[in-house]
Amino acid sequence: MTALVSVRELAVSFGAAPVVSGVSFDLQPAQCVAIVGESGSGKSVTARALLGLTGGTVTAAELRFDTTDITDASRRRLQRLRGRDIGFISQGALVALDPLRPVGREIADSLRLHGSLSAIDRHARVLDLLAQVGVPNPALRASQRPDELSGGLRQRAVIASAIAMQPRLLIADEPTTALDTTVQAGILDLLERLRVEGAAILLISHDLAVVSRLASHLLVMSGGSVVESGPTERVLADPQHPYTRSLIAAVPTGRARFERLTSGPAAEPAPAEPAPVEPAPVEPASLEQRDVLAADRLCRRFGSLLAVDDVSFSLKRGRTLGIVGESGSGKTTLARLVLALEQPDSGDVSLLGEPWTGVRESARRARRPRIGAIYQDALSSFDPRWTVGRILADARGGAAGVPVLLESVGLSPDIAGRRPRHLSGGQQQRVAIARAIAPRPDILVCDEPVSSLDVSVQAQVLDLLDDLQRSLGLSYLFISHDLGVVRHMSDDVLVMRDGHVVESGPTEAVFGAPQHEYTKGLIAATPQLP
Amino acid sequence: MRRVLLWTGVAALAFLLVAAIAPGLVAPADPLAIHPTQSFRAPSFAHLFGTDESGRDIFTRVIHGTGASLLIGISATAIGVGLALVFGLLAGLGPRWLDFGTTRFLEVLFAFPGLLLALLFIVVYGPGVMTSTIAVGLATAPGYARIIRSRVLVVRRAPYLEAATVLGRGWWSRLWRHLLPNVAGSLFVLLTLGIGQSIVWASSLSYLGLGAVPPAAEWGAMLSAGRTYLTSFWWMTFFPGLFIMISAVATTLVGRGLQQRTRHP
Repeated sequence: MTALVSVRELAVSFGAAPVVSGVSFDLQPAQCVAIVGESGSGKSVTARALLGLTGGTVTAAELRFDTTDITDASRRRLQRLRGRDIGFISQGALVALDPLRPVGREIADSLRLHGSLSAIDRHARVLDLLAQVGVPNPALRASQRPDELSGGLRQRAVIASAIAMQPRLLIADEPTTALDTTVQAGILDLLERLRVEGAAILLISHDLAVVSRLASHLLVMSGGSVVESGPTERVLADPQHPYTRSLIAAVPTGRARFERLTSGPAAEPAPAEPAPVEPAPVEPASLEQRDVLAADRLCRRFGSLLAVDDVSFSLKRGRTLGIVGESGSGKTTLARLVLALEQPDSGDVSLLGEPWTGVRESARRARRPRIGAIYQDALSSFDPRWTVGRILADARGGAAGVPVLLESVGLSPDIAGRRPRHLSGGQQQRVAIARAIAPRPDILVCDEPVSSLDVSVQAQVLDLLDDLQRSLGLSYLFISHDLGVVRHMSDDVLVMRDGHVVESGPTEAVFGAPQHEYTKGLIAATPQLP
Repeated sequence: MRRVLLWTGVAALAFLLVAAIAPGLVAPADPLAIHPTQSFRAPSFAHLFGTDESGRDIFTRVIHGTGASLLIGISATAIGVGLALVFGLLAGLGPRWLDFGTTRFLEVLFAFPGLLLALLFIVVYGPGVMTSTIAVGLATAPGYARIIRSRVLVVRRAPYLEAATVLGRGWWSRLWRHLLPNVAGSLFVLLTLGIGQSIVWASSLSYLGLGAVPPAAEWGAMLSAGRTYLTSFWWMTFFPGLFIMISAVATTLVGRGLQQRTRHP
């Protein structure tokens, strides 16, 4: 059987700089090949080269789809291929859909451009497609605009439009990044079904655990070239290249607490951190057992929505309490209540044994440095006019400690003069962590701190948080939708859904023997390396 | 290309500033000196821009008028933006009822064409340079206020303000250190764009005889004086008009250039 897609020695360059070089692979019908690598590794550019969408200079010994030579094909020929023979699923489902048009119209586009159906038949086909990709109530959804749909439904709509013409090749670029775990599992199941029905799938992701479920063949890319390729089982069981090994090691799911995810020097014996942040004061044993943070029957309502419903927990010094839940579960509202950015309707929070909510802000201000926070979007939490140095000096109350602070989060003191937007996502999050620990807090509230990072960068940040916890005696409230991450990071865990706690307890007890159906579903949906 | 435009604007503005601060350097003659024998001379080497009905040198008068026109432009913009800051901050930071009230008030002002609003003010307080400056400032304020308000609303909800709260910063500290500077960044560009607009408006008022009064060398007043002779002696209106245009275009070029820079630093 000849391959549907054949790529030999593909190279793409923008200007003088080669972005991708020497990429070769074949793709058969009903086969899934995955390209794995971190941002900037050239994986998306490789995928777009198949669509003739890269721009820049594309050269290849062979770049063939079925009988068409892509490097040679006319624009018109490529336009006919795209949407009809090759479907493309891009990452940002919100930006891939026109915000002003009903999604049904968007899906009908490829039918209109490439097919010969009447308007009525097209509409029927759109409803049929939406049903196929698992959108409930297709007739209603087809008439809604993207902003009326959830992230998962939007991504399903994008997939519906990509498979509208029953393409023989589907290119999926990070199709599940930024989606909830159970939604991700649904999308992956959908892709698997399409594959079984005969579509060839080229899957792009930074997450090995995600692709390992679907792909029979892996290409690991780094710095624009393929460092390793082979059948999935072989690559995972016996990785040859150090980069592949680091990617495998970076997956937090199923890894014990404090087990390192990166191969860097372990921070033990910890004090990689000289003077600036004093070691946590040694607490008498009695205090050791006291809760640094406790929430008692917290409730918060927004209109008719009960965002947080009767949530209680306690956090001990040096421990991590994980909160796992999907979007809309109320976990971010809970974080805001704990940070006293939001006042509870009832219930209260106490910090270091003293009341924290229910008092005036002026009574809280002096104790604010005791509790810090890091967020999912680190960049927007920095004043855009400030340099890294100024941000840290401001948090620290003086410029003197800035270099040491930067070093303690694994950054070079040289970047103090730069602005956060010129840093990579991982560096931005490190700066955010440095700012959070600058006032020497007891507690850090981490709200989805790694969910917008590549798995390999995520591993570095998680390791850093581990190191800091041990060297500074920090307590973490660690919030994430990613059960694998929470399980790796937490001593105790709270599973939240629709504002209330469905299950709680020591992490291994909860996840080892889940009692609640929802927890079981979450665990089943979490991608794992085989 | 953009940089060429920006620097052209900067050069033109620099020239206008020199003319405004030290008009004697550029045009040493007296702008009010009359030479009845030399009236209505066409532009020549002796009189670059020609002379008017009293034989006054138009080049000298245009240069000496720069100060008045720029001053009116700048102070009118300052008044406009100053008022707008008060309204914009009140609306953006105040309680909801205050926002509602301020916004409705601004909408009422908006319903009037700006120039009409200025005329209304002059009708009440009488013509003159001072009143026309304040009038132009008043007329432009609602536009600025709206922009400031929307900018304040964006910045006050920015995650970095929340991060400052978490660090234990008080309300005033957040206002001074984060909110105002980030609002001001976009305001600076507006200011440059506004000055040109204000000069045109102030000139319009002088042209109508409601601002600077002859024989003062002010561009709008000169335009007005030349209007009678428009068909026979074009230079009397052309050159003051040209300078109004140059100043408006120069400030716009500089404003746009700065806008590009702040957007893509």
